Amino acid sequence: MQFMLLFSRQGKLRLQKWYVPLSDKEKKKITRELVQTVLARKPKMCSFLEWRDLKIVYKRYASLYFCCAIEDQDNELITLEIIHRYVELLDKYFGSVCELDIIFNFEKAYFILDEFLLGGEVQETSKKNVLKAIEQADLLQEKTETMYHSKSFIGYKKAY
Amino acid sequence: MPAVSKGDGMRGLAVFISDIRNCKSKEAEIKRINKELANIRSKFKGDKALDGYSKKKYVCKLLFIFLLGHDIDFGHMEAVNLLSSNKYTEKQIGYLFISVLVNSNSELIRLINNAIKNDLASRNPTFMCLALHCIANVGSREMGEAFAADIPRILVAGDSMDSVKQSAALCLLRLYKASPDLVPMGEWTARVVHLLNDQHMGVVTAAVSLITCLCKKNPDDFKTCISLAVSRLSRIVSSASTDLQDYTYYFVPAPWLSVKLLRLLQCYPPPEDAAVKGRLVECLETVLNKAQEPPKSKKVQHSNAKNAILFETISLIIHYDSEPNLLVRACNQLGQFLQHRETNLRYLALESMCTLASSEFSHEAVKTHIDTVINALKTERDVSVRQRAADLLYAMCDRSNAKQIVSEMLRYLETADYAIREEIVLKVAILAEKYAVDYSWYVDTILNLIRIAGDYVSEEVWYRVLQIVTNRDDVQGYAAKTVFEALQAPACHENMVKVGGYILGEFGNLIAGDPRSSPPVQFSLLHSKFHLCSVATRALLLSTYIKFINLFPETKATIQGVLRAGSQLRNADVELQQRAVEYLTLSSVASTDVLATVLEEMPPFPERESSILAKLKRKKGPGAASALDDGRRDPSSNDINGGVEPTPSTVSTPSPSADLLGLRAAPPPAAPPASAGAGNLLVDVFDGPAAQPSLGPTPEEAFLSELEPPAPESPMALLADPAPAADPGPEDIGPPIPEADELLNKFVCKNNGVLFENQLLQIGVKSEFRQNLGRMYLFYGNKTSVQFQNFSPTVVHPGDLQTQLAVQTKRVAAQVDGGAQVQQVLNIECLRDFLTPPLLSVRFRYGGAPQALTLKLPVTINKFFQPTEMAAQDFFQRWKQLSLPQQEAQKIFKANHPMDAEVTKAKLLGFGSALLDNVDPNPENFVGAGIIQTKALQVGCLLRLEPNAQAQMYRLTLRTSKESVSRHLCELLAQQF
Repeated sequence: MQFMLLFSRQGKLRLQKWYVPLSDKEKKKITRELVQTVLARKPKMCSFLEWRDLKIVYKRYASLYFCCAIEDQDNELITLEIIHRYVELLDKYFGSVCELDIIFNFEKAYFILDEFLLGGEVQETSKKNVLKAIEQADLLQEKTETMYHSKSFIGYKKAY
Repeated sequence: MPAVSKGDGMRGLAVFISDIRNCKSKEAEIKRINKELANIRSKFKGDKALDGYSKKKYVCKLLFIFLLGHDIDFGHMEAVNLLSSNKYTEKQIGYLFISVLVNSNSELIRLINNAIKNDLASRNPTFMCLALHCIANVGSREMGEAFAADIPRILVAGDSMDSVKQSAALCLLRLYKASPDLVPMGEWTARVVHLLNDQHMGVVTAAVSLITCLCKKNPDDFKTCISLAVSRLSRIVSSASTDLQDYTYYFVPAPWLSVKLLRLLQCYPPPEDAAVKGRLVECLETVLNKAQEPPKSKKVQHSNAKNAILFETISLIIHYDSEPNLLVRACNQLGQFLQHRETNLRYLALESMCTLASSEFSHEAVKTHIDTVINALKTERDVSVRQRAADLLYAMCDRSNAKQIVSEMLRYLETADYAIREEIVLKVAILAEKYAVDYSWYVDTILNLIRIAGDYVSEEVWYRVLQIVTNRDDVQGYAAKTVFEALQAPACHENMVKVGGYILGEFGNLIAGDPRSSPPVQFSLLHSKFHLCSVATRALLLSTYIKFINLFPETKATIQGVLRAGSQLRNADVELQQRAVEYLTLSSVASTDVLATVLEEMPPFPERESSILAKLKRKKGPGAASALDDGRRDPSSNDINGGVEPTPSTVSTPSPSADLLGLRAAPPPAAPPASAGAGNLLVDVFDGPAAQPSLGPTPEEAFLSELEPPAPESPMALLADPAPAADPGPEDIGPPIPEADELLNKFVCKNNGVLFENQLLQIGVKSEFRQNLGRMYLFYGNKTSVQFQNFSPTVVHPGDLQTQLAVQTKRVAAQVDGGAQVQQVLNIECLRDFLTPPLLSVRFRYGGAPQALTLKLPVTINKFFQPTEMAAQDFFQRWKQLSLPQQEAQKIFKANHPMDAEVTKAKLLGFGSALLDNVDPNPENFVGAGIIQTKALQVGCLLRLEPNAQAQMYRLTLRTSKESVSRHLCELLAQQF
């Protein structure tokens, strides 16, 4: 995988992860172009598209689009499930995750992603193992603070 | 209680994020951010030492600001400080900041590397993983230099925790991808392969990715992974849906690992060991069988995971291309998906079937789905799916279904998305030509193309139809009639006028008998379009008019009137003006006989590869059109469609100049009447010198035309000179002088200069190369005041070179007077690709003492480079097509000269490739493309040069269709910077 982008229906970038070296300028350009392309697509269209020399695999969860760029020989369907597994991990960690969780706890979203994918490849697919690694950090934390409560974008819960 | 509450809430951060979200305008947001930046700056600069928590909080805020898209130019030091905190979350934030905002400030890198080193040595697995993640996220060369040697050790150490091994494997993979030269192969490689046997599925999952990447570059070193991968795969495939516990995903056992293992196997040919192969075939069959079983869950995740494995299995079956039974089963499975209600599956099935269509085992099976695919072309709502359907129709086309497919594609063209029209036009044109049974159908199809999508009909397409009509007299009358009818339309496309003008100029006489298309009618029809056309078309029409004067003397007066009109004779456009003047004069001064000779019908074009096919290949990469190239499926297709010659399989990029009608510039000035004795005034509209030797020589062409039949020496000379005219064998000459290589390198990117100089002798070189031919002038200057005796320079071909390069030389005078210079001409023809340059041996006597000197002649393979321009998209497609490991050669090297972009550009152009702008996402990089022209084959070459000014390094990547060429070009070019 070359990069993963999370952005909202309004086109706001919520998370970006780059697995290939690119300049900031180029990253911004790619983001702008892709967000536009993906948002322009209609709901029933297929989740894959050719873009430059890459394949884009994307899926929308409630208000948030998850979008991965993979190389020619990579498997589209399994990438779709990479996205889903990541959503599940976020959901399990935050408890009914929603866009706000990712905005306010962006660093956590990055940590979870690093445990799941490293260098653009799947590192660990077991939900248990990934979350175990993340929760270790939380157990080390003295301070506890309750944050806001929010609704889910996975499953049947309605997004705000 | 929500899980977050376990986390490290940073109240200040949450407040800040809320503030930003509450900003009503962009200005308000920027104001808030600037306030925060000022606050953080003052905190960082303040006298009071910050505690770890505050530092973490501020660093995290900076990170948030950066991710919003603002620049951050401070805080790096504080982040680095966090790395050495013993609080996990502080360390973690520090690493995150570094990962996202790497700064190649060398001082900082040293500190970062130090912190990483400490964590790697800490034996605390969580800290080790954080450090490894950071290296993998940054992946810079500096980090590679610092850690590439340590990580393999961590990876295979017996006492490393599983999670550490996983991170180490993927960290190494990232470093290897960035700088392969830094990762030492060694004893650890064998142990890495055995990680495929590891008990921990996560470790296997990570390790397979690493092995897949490593084995592409060193397939032999990793061969043992085949049997291990097969047995692992077999265990997964045959396991029950719950055996693998947390590695089962929606009732599918270990889908990610399965897909990765199947990918790994695609790096190799089918296993040689019969037992291993048997076991693998069993696995593949099991996967195909499972596809027929009822789903264990209705969730889309279940079917996606299952089908991901299925598609990867089919990819492997296609990769092997050796099991007819499996290929046909794969095809049937894809056939089911073609009608699936999931758009994603239809898309993937169409895509996958495209590759199946080119296998001889499954081509027929693919064809049975033609109706479904045509239906997809008509009814799919998503343009990307329709595009796949069009690709598949093209791939499955053969003589039996060509008419149907072509007419469906024509129909589709009327409503097709603009983005893909040109490609469809090319495809239709190629199929129509390739599978034409009668040429009237072909002519109809092309004229239809122009009618429906004239704007998308490129020059290659309409050149080609003219070429075919010219070469086939059975279709000329029909073509003239049809085009005449097409021109009756009140608004017809300019391309139609071009084709019409040309065809009527050549063959209008064939329909002149019919009063409805009598010569005056033909002329007035064409001339009615004249004023609406571009300069190029008007120039073409003027040529048609002069041809009419020859064909139909009765139109002479009218046409002369047109030519004489002020709007022609004094046209602001020189080209039009010149044609009008010359044609007018020609028609007045030349006798009927001369006119008839000059304006004779065009001779047949030599048969070459279709220029359209070449264009499509340029658009789509070499694989795209290959199914049509080899004619394997259609043995009867040779002569009637002889226009498309089978190309040698090694040829991947036909050069634009190899096109029969390849000249794409505006028509050059017509040959002046005086020199037009050879006839064919029109030929220059379309043709380059290489394809049309009969054209009167211009100074430029003369350079090469002299080369063409290797001019035999006069027979007298052979008899008169008993000395062997042949080159002396390599044993007769000394080894090249020590600096020969260095001297040769100077000429890789240039053609002229001083090749050698000492106190006695200076050797200068001037050379020119075109396509696979070259001419070199060597100038031998005697620097002394004494005559050289027995002066004899000879060219020697060591080793196989004789079969690769033909060099003809003429002898030079045996005496060279003091202070004088003699010239030697070398005619060079590149027969096939070569690695070593020929040797130049110079012997003479100076003051009685024999002198001998052997140099390398500056003829390197890149001299036969023809630059090729292409758009970014084409480049990437071609790049992708050349992705076999052996097609790529890469070198990373220190800069030997100052890194100046302009100098680099000049060198690359001198090297012979075209420089392509706006292709590489990084504007610092250089990307080039070209074709090596040899007599036997053409080799398409793509190159990319990535300078790294900080490190004073370059990375050079060459991809060509031929392994030895990639390596050789890479070596040659790497020495130039």
